[in-house]
Amino acid sequence: MAVNRTRRARRFLGILAAGSLLGACGSSSTPSKDAITVYSGQHPQTTAALVAAFEKKTGIAVSVRNADEAVLANQIKVEASRSPADVFVAGNSPALESVASAGLLTQLPGSILSRVPAQYSSPSHSWVGVTARVAVLAYSRSSLGPDELPASILDLALPQWRGKIGLAPSESDFQPIVASVERAVGEKRCVAWLKAIKENAGSHLYPSNEVLLSALERGEVELGVLEQYYWYRRAAQEGSSAMNTSVATFNDGDAGYVLAISGAGVLAASDNKSAAQRFVAFLVSREGQAIIASSGGFEYPLADGVTTPAGEPPFDSLHPAPTSVADLGDGAGSLRLLQEAQLL
Amino acid sequence: MTSTIERVERNSQKEIRPLRRAPRRDAWTVGAWIVAIIVAAPLAFLGIEAFQAGWASLSGVLFRGITATLMANTIEMTVLVTAAAAFLGVGAAWILERTDVPARRALTVLLIVPAAIPDFIETFGWVNALPWLRGLFGAVVVLSLAVYPFVMLPAAAALRRIDHRHEEVARNLGASRISVVFRVTVPEIRGAIAGGCLLVALQLLAEYGSFQMLGFRTFTTEIYSAFQVGFDTQSACALSIVLVIMSALLVGGEATVARREGSLVTSEVTTPARMALGRWRWPALGILALLVTAALCVPVGSILSLLIDPGPATLPGGSLFGAVGYSLIYALAAAALATAGALTVALGSRRSRSWLTRTPVRVALIPLAVPGLVGALALSYVAARYAGGRWYQTSALLVVAYAVMFLPLALIGIRASLVQVPESLTEVAASLGSSRISQLVRVILPLILPGLAAGFALVFLSTMTELAATLVLVPTGVQTLATQFWTYQTNIAYGQAAPYALAMIVLAGPPLLLLTKMGESGGGSNR
Repeated sequence: MAVNRTRRARRFLGILAAGSLLGACGSSSTPSKDAITVYSGQHPQTTAALVAAFEKKTGIAVSVRNADEAVLANQIKVEASRSPADVFVAGNSPALESVASAGLLTQLPGSILSRVPAQYSSPSHSWVGVTARVAVLAYSRSSLGPDELPASILDLALPQWRGKIGLAPSESDFQPIVASVERAVGEKRCVAWLKAIKENAGSHLYPSNEVLLSALERGEVELGVLEQYYWYRRAAQEGSSAMNTSVATFNDGDAGYVLAISGAGVLAASDNKSAAQRFVAFLVSREGQAIIASSGGFEYPLADGVTTPAGEPPFDSLHPAPTSVADLGDGAGSLRLLQEAQLL
Repeated sequence: MTSTIERVERNSQKEIRPLRRAPRRDAWTVGAWIVAIIVAAPLAFLGIEAFQAGWASLSGVLFRGITATLMANTIEMTVLVTAAAAFLGVGAAWILERTDVPARRALTVLLIVPAAIPDFIETFGWVNALPWLRGLFGAVVVLSLAVYPFVMLPAAAALRRIDHRHEEVARNLGASRISVVFRVTVPEIRGAIAGGCLLVALQLLAEYGSFQMLGFRTFTTEIYSAFQVGFDTQSACALSIVLVIMSALLVGGEATVARREGSLVTSEVTTPARMALGRWRWPALGILALLVTAALCVPVGSILSLLIDPGPATLPGGSLFGAVGYSLIYALAAAALATAGALTVALGSRRSRSWLTRTPVRVALIPLAVPGLVGALALSYVAARYAGGRWYQTSALLVVAYAVMFLPLALIGIRASLVQVPESLTEVAASLGSSRISQLVRVILPLILPGLAAGFALVFLSTMTELAATLVLVPTGVQTLATQFWTYQTNIAYGQAAPYALAMIVLAGPPLLLLTKMGESGGGSNR
């Protein structure tokens, strides 16, 4: 019996040792010459096909860390010169601007920047615009007609919408909208507006725009503001006839008719800047932009000569607010206003 | 479970009181201190960071209206769910242990299984079946059903252990059956109930995934969202400290309840006559069957229905095989590390009862009150800021994080079995010329193997299903079952999330089986 027990104990120790060894093996990831690390705050739907095509074309292996763009932006700032990332891809310009203003992105060459109209890229040339998305109203067709919709995003604060709107305030896509409203009406009125729409939303606060759209589809709420591609993506999956919601834009030039830019930059800490630049160049190349247009992400490609994804209103036909990338800033202001209104 | 085991330990200590002797600093004590320092380091960092922020910026974070809302939400939900879980758990335990309800064995197993399914997977099943289930109501319904086994298990064990003659005396004195339950039985097992409720409440304070899915804001969801939207570190630390204080208060409160309980374990335990339910047998069976349906069949059935009809794949496919591999490797490594660390601490505190040997044990139990997300954020800051970034974003750091988080689970089991090894035994071995290592391998380890294995299985199970800390610390390019599930779930790709959810349930099976086996044989040795 005792012998048997000892043997069992030894075997157990052996398992312990093997376990620790396995743990140690999984831990090292040495950067090799033809490999880059991309921190991506973009939707995997949008990036996966791009990454695959790039790897096939160049033989450069790409390892992608997917997370919320603000998480990654923060992470890059904490990591500073030690960051393992070579490229930062973000879904909204404020995340890129906040990293750029900390001096953690390198300047991109003119050959990359010239692929895209200058107003859609970093004013300091530290990142390039890759796609655009536009904020729209999504509404439940069974409860609202197109003529009953608010003309301006500011109208969402009216008491008539109490209990009818849904919000996703922690979604980083919401921050450009806040920045745009602040630019239009000033800080004080923007906070009052945020507080009023919070009242109107009541308990209908959702963690993401995907969940917000699901709630709209179920009829839990009647009206929500989100970016157009969430709706088109879902309509493509479910078939647009199966959708219970429709989308509409606010009045031309309204503060809620916001054009947000998704872009990419190369990190100053990258130890493989040439491969990183090749990746960013690929994102705005004709080939890369065509993949974006056809891969079902439904964001607008920004490079000249690449057409809008099928089914969406053409990019040229949009009349968004004149909010520039610089106006959208680095997101800190919007965050502060959201906190002040107790939405975060 | 915690306090049940601790109480058994305390009671056996009473019987075999060790001789008092001067504190001896041996190699194990040094090892125990090293483990304790590693465990305490991240928490110390939280304190330093919050302190550096200064009072002005801290009060800005802590005294916002939303903090009060979150506090109210968190407390309200924790109280309601814990009460509901206590009701379900004690009720089920009483029916199973004290009545002749049919199919007891099968029902016991089925009622324990939800303990091994992570709460966020159960919530996922429910939310998929009933999408309107949200807010406080949804949280109370779903979480009560997910956590009641943590009360049921210790309550059932205590019901088997207490002296049943008290109840018989009360009956003979004319008390009704109902009044015996509430005036004799429940007070006698209140230590076990309190222990179970403590585990439940700590779990609720730390839970992230379930409440995120249910759209219910608690301190933990808010800390994650602070991390997500890019608040500064100091705000996240300040919020985290509030959460840690709440957990610590709970642990303290439970200790008070448990201490007031007298020694209820008698040397001769009589097996009570089970109450004959007569025509109430079938309604009682119906109640338990309903509980099994709600806690197990609905969520698992809902996940299975997603497997059968997954709908269109909307996200790039992940590798289920790869995720299983990473989850398994991490869980094995973390379980090994936590068991080794806990063994060191337990051995270091075995010989004497001075502060020198007691402190590491107390410190090593701290992670019980530190939500995984908080610990992970602290560790990632430490690694990025102070460790030269060398450990940052590596599997090694993730495994260390898991091991620190779950070390108390292993420690409790190991200490409980270690007290059953009389010190005289190792002294005899030493006098016969056995070295310290050979004493460990040939004398101690074989005797405490059940405790080691139980600790290992518990850590394995917890690591396999950990979500919030993994989301923060996982290395680039790695997906575990939990993180891949979460990616799909947050993108409403429920059909793609389902296989990962099911894999977590299936992989929880073997350790759960081991634990219930251990539980049974442990109960047997008590008799």
